[in-house]
Amino acid sequence: MADLLLDIRNLHIEATVQAPGERPHDIVIVDDVSLSLEKGRVLGLIGESGAGKSTIGLATMGYGRGAIRLSGEVWLNGRNILDGGLRELRRLRGREVTYVSQSAAASFNPAKRLMEQIIEAGLEHGVGSRRELARRAVQLFDALGLPDPENFGLRYPHQVSGGQLQRAMTVMALVPEPDMIVFDEPTTALDVTTQIDVLAAIKKAIRETGVAAMYITHDLAVVAQVSDDIMVLRNGRMVERGTTDEIINSPREEYTRALVSVRSIEHDEKGLTDTPVLSTHNISARYGKGAQVLDDVSVDLHPGQTLAIVGESGSGKSTLARVITGLLPPISGEVSFQGRRLSPALSGRSKDDLRQLQMIYQMADVAMNPRQTVGTIIGRPLEFYFGLRGRARRARVLELLDDIEMGPEFIDRYPAELSGGQKQRVCIARALAAKPSVIICDEVTSALDPLVADGILKLLLRLQEREDVAYLFITHDLATVRAIADSIAVMYRGALVRYGPKSEVLSPPFDDYTDLLLASVPEMKIGWLEEVLSRRRMESAGN
Amino acid sequence: MKMPLSAMIGLAVSGAIFLAAILAPLIAPYGMAEIVGDVWEPASSAHWLGTDNIGRDLLTRLIYGGRTTIFIAMLATALSFSLGSFLGVTAAVIGGWVDQVMSRLVDLMMAIPSLIFALVVLSVMPVTLPVLIIVMGLLDSTRVFRLARAVAVDINVMDFVEAARLRGEGRIWIIFREILPNALSPLVAELGLRFIFAVLFLSTLSFLGLGVQPPASDWGGMVKENKDGIVFGINAALYPAAAISILAISVNLVADWVLNRTSDLKGGRGG
Repeated sequence: MADLLLDIRNLHIEATVQAPGERPHDIVIVDDVSLSLEKGRVLGLIGESGAGKSTIGLATMGYGRGAIRLSGEVWLNGRNILDGGLRELRRLRGREVTYVSQSAAASFNPAKRLMEQIIEAGLEHGVGSRRELARRAVQLFDALGLPDPENFGLRYPHQVSGGQLQRAMTVMALVPEPDMIVFDEPTTALDVTTQIDVLAAIKKAIRETGVAAMYITHDLAVVAQVSDDIMVLRNGRMVERGTTDEIINSPREEYTRALVSVRSIEHDEKGLTDTPVLSTHNISARYGKGAQVLDDVSVDLHPGQTLAIVGESGSGKSTLARVITGLLPPISGEVSFQGRRLSPALSGRSKDDLRQLQMIYQMADVAMNPRQTVGTIIGRPLEFYFGLRGRARRARVLELLDDIEMGPEFIDRYPAELSGGQKQRVCIARALAAKPSVIICDEVTSALDPLVADGILKLLLRLQEREDVAYLFITHDLATVRAIADSIAVMYRGALVRYGPKSEVLSPPFDDYTDLLLASVPEMKIGWLEEVLSRRRMESAGN
Repeated sequence: MKMPLSAMIGLAVSGAIFLAAILAPLIAPYGMAEIVGDVWEPASSAHWLGTDNIGRDLLTRLIYGGRTTIFIAMLATALSFSLGSFLGVTAAVIGGWVDQVMSRLVDLMMAIPSLIFALVVLSVMPVTLPVLIIVMGLLDSTRVFRLARAVAVDINVMDFVEAARLRGEGRIWIIFREILPNALSPLVAELGLRFIFAVLFLSTLSFLGLGVQPPASDWGGMVKENKDGIVFGINAALYPAAAISILAISVNLVADWVLNRTSDLKGGRGG
């Protein structure tokens, strides 16, 4: 192959870790991975957390985070860069290979203007004069649809939105005219409606400049839109490699099939009952003396059902949960539970009210006291609400562990000894221990890998069936909503834009925002991005 | 986990000093206030370190002095610790005006140099052991309060504390079961440092004559008694001075190691 740009042969990466109280030992992060990339092609690397995908991405620049050891060969432009030494690497980084990271907000220096940072690598490598580079940056700003391209570079990072910053970072990667760009989860931290613009911008940039790219993500639907080939990784090993078409439409390996068919949970909507278990009536709220974050929100949750609250970040969905739990008393409106009014503040609620309303958090690691064992975490509500002690308490904890499909051996473990999915399961058990009628789930699956999240959702559905508990399910992920909701409330900037049973909310005619939201959820389909973009163009041409 | 060499040395030395302090009546060759020889006798087989300004055995005084110094410093540290960390965490958990009043009060106390504060208080109060311990403990608790409050404020906003609040847990549970166990690592390391500061503080007070009163011996007081000898080339004052610094260094070595160890303990914060 004449146009071979990158050729990684038998890459093996290991690191020494030292768990507390144990001897240091070596772990293998990447095990014997070989891949190649031709000029102008895009390779998608996909896998769950811990699959080694980011590590491989960084290895293309000869870089390893922390004290890790690289072995094998990384051939770039016909030479093995792992042989080169630091000077050689310094010449190549930011010139031949550039990098776009997940969180642009954390990667830009907040004290410097954007332009200065964007052309920095190009200046350092002598690609062009300050003026030439700035001109190129402005052209790219324009091409990627950034507002006021002439003056965009004069702004500071905090003066632009998250999606714009991510695009600015793409410009930064393109300015030195590299041969290859490594995109490391560039859209993961963005809302779906923003993600689509950034994806379109990245795709356009790749196509117009003819640069090769490695696109790292955990979201198969996203990678299907931008890459030519896909490599599936798991636990540092390659599972499968093929063209995007092969992977999406005819995956060979079982693991890939599971990734492709993720979120295929079927859930039939239940009919509404007469009396809701929990209602909010015309809730308005704000933090301190700040701007109003909730405006006249009224929703009902029926017993044994799931109400999904959907919206982007800043839509007020988590604030609604805080109002319902009593952490933030509303400025007007009230919350009623089983037909009676709940005290607006936490301190005014009875112990039984508190028991009936439980909460599961997004970040399971910080939702559990790291100094308490699983037995204490699950057992405390039992002791607190039902006065269970000693053997009776332990027996009930074991029962609950069984309900969440975890064995009795977990009872004496600390949260740090559990995986992400297990932690979330323990949090579910803690909520269930109180025998509540309502559980508020705040983005409970957002921090988890797709397959693990699937397991959690199935568990939640099964428990709902058995315990007849109602869920108030807060999420930004419409695929999750489709899977488990009975009713849906769509929120935008603190107000309800659409609310009703799932079948009604998800069927046309749509209001503008719901339409945008639904259209922005990536589908596991090649060419989806183009479809959406061309439909949007047609709509705007029609108007 | 393997113990580093520095910590082992620190532990051995401070262990030996503590042991000597506990067993003082058994291992000291003479009585504490017994006059056994001439003024400032040089070292000999009878008096290993020589004698002091009125002819008492210096080694004996050093051992008994260590006993007094460590005893007072420990009690003062224990007092400053329990008081400071409890109040600090309480201020963080309750917040609002309670926190404001407590924190500003502590600011006020910290604005006055603690040595001068102690000197003023001790010059009007009778200098007895309990008074000394309480004054030292109270002054030091302001520092512990600051640290405990800062650590607790961070922990207080974490989801597991919110979960406990939503469960309806009382303040006592939240302070003692949710926050304190997680704040312990930095606090324990601070404990070692505070102890050393207490030793130094007590020695300073005694040197100035407002600490431990004669004939009881303590290291600061011994430096004061023998300081005039330095002019004549007699190094009796240097032994207690050396003892103070050796204890300070060795306890510090141990405290350093504890800090390293607990900050990445299994289940520790950020670990």
